[in-house]
Amino acid sequence: MMGRWKFWVITSLVTTLIAAAIYIPILRKRMQRAARQQQQSEEQARRELIQPVPVNPGDPRVKTKLFWASDSDETALAPVTVDLPLSKDPVLRSKQVLNTLLAGPVDPELRTLPPDAVLLAFYILPDGTAVADFSEAMATSIPSGIASEQLAVDSMARTLEANVPQIQRLKILIHGQEVETLAGHVDLTGTFLVNSNLAQPPPSPPSPAATPAPKP
Amino acid sequence: MLLDVGNIVRLVRTLSICSLAVVLLFGAALVFSFQTPAPTQQPPSAPPPQTIPSTPPTQSGASGVAGTSFSAQPQQNGLNIVVLDPAHGGTDLGARGTGGMRESEIVLDFASEVRRTLEQQGFQVVLTRQGNDNPSFDDRSAIANAQRGAVFVTLHISSTGLPGTARVYINSDLPPLTDSNGMIPWDRAQAPFLSLSRQLGDLVQGFLAQRFKGSPDAAQSASVRQLRTTAAPAIAVEISSVVVNDRADLDRMAPGVAEAIARGVAAFKPLYVLPSAPGVQP
Repeated sequence: MMGRWKFWVITSLVTTLIAAAIYIPILRKRMQRAARQQQQSEEQARRELIQPVPVNPGDPRVKTKLFWASDSDETALAPVTVDLPLSKDPVLRSKQVLNTLLAGPVDPELRTLPPDAVLLAFYILPDGTAVADFSEAMATSIPSGIASEQLAVDSMARTLEANVPQIQRLKILIHGQEVETLAGHVDLTGTFLVNSNLAQPPPSPPSPAATPAPKP
Repeated sequence: MLLDVGNIVRLVRTLSICSLAVVLLFGAALVFSFQTPAPTQQPPSAPPPQTIPSTPPTQSGASGVAGTSFSAQPQQNGLNIVVLDPAHGGTDLGARGTGGMRESEIVLDFASEVRRTLEQQGFQVVLTRQGNDNPSFDDRSAIANAQRGAVFVTLHISSTGLPGTARVYINSDLPPLTDSNGMIPWDRAQAPFLSLSRQLGDLVQGFLAQRFKGSPDAAQSASVRQLRTTAAPAIAVEISSVVVNDRADLDRMAPGVAEAIARGVAAFKPLYVLPSAPGVQP
């Protein structure tokens, strides 16, 4: 009688153990999925919180130079001039031009930034360093490569240089964090020269990769 | 007696169930440990020991000074070693293209072709990785920084650009050195070598442009993370691209790329002069 009782206890223990061994990995996966979903919805909420930069129709329409990929050479930049009502405030103005840059040119082939990337925050520090914080899509959706990543950074730096003279350097953050590279190649630990003639310490000629001049 | 036999049978049965349970438990634990994901696990960062050249480095000069702390014994002066860096690897696949093409795999094949060609020219070649591992940027740089008389070439395949072209990059201008002791900070190790890198880059790019029409004539500047911490003349060669329809299109470029790099390095050899002292422009 005692043996039978023991048998049942051991059998139920073993069954419980087997069930737990099978169920725990499933539970773990479910928890990870739930955490991912929560992260996504946080990102979604953040996007919804970030109102599109208000465009005041009263602002004077100015000729705005935006740098997208060149028609003839997709590893070089070419300026496109459009009329935009831009704010006089350098931070608002920067947000407006960067959002226009993110929205992309008429020809989507000439994009320099991923279409799903969002400018989360933008500040200008007293020393002229601009800090642009982008959503993770900036790093995950950009085509990986030295040429494509440098082109993305240069398109932002040259566009800010052409439209916001107060900015001297640009620092790029991804989701509020400093990251080592954009997508495995271009270094994001430092800052990028924007208005090279103003930036300290001078002098530093613009790199050939950043030069928008079309190639002969 | 009958009862005893029954008891013995029960005992044997209980024991066998217990042993079965233990076996199952072990099995479950094994399965569980395999299924436990390790998303934050870092790829092995130490460079494989076989990539270190056979010449034993002997220490000379001040320690902590990138690139000038060690010297390869037989070659006190002159360029003899090429450190080849097939980019990415391990969990980092790099650029991904059509039909499952992966930059991390293609660059390994390119690296062996470049290595063969360079060795035929009499250079000693050191690879930063030989298999599917992913040393850190610093570990890769460290392999070059431990040599005297070395140049560093990192190999990449892009996701963009005109297919069948190749571009050479050198590091963008780095802020001036601020260390008052004349030491080169590790994270600015490339700064004293930039003009040498420019010369090497222009030479290699020139040979690439001859071979691959549509490639630029001169090396371009870019903020390449891998180059920043390398205390040697250092270039990145990026080939376009993983977007080609057929992997064979890229493979056909390998001999031409290898030859251009080897010719560029050979032409650069007489121009190679080490910075005379740490932190001093060559």
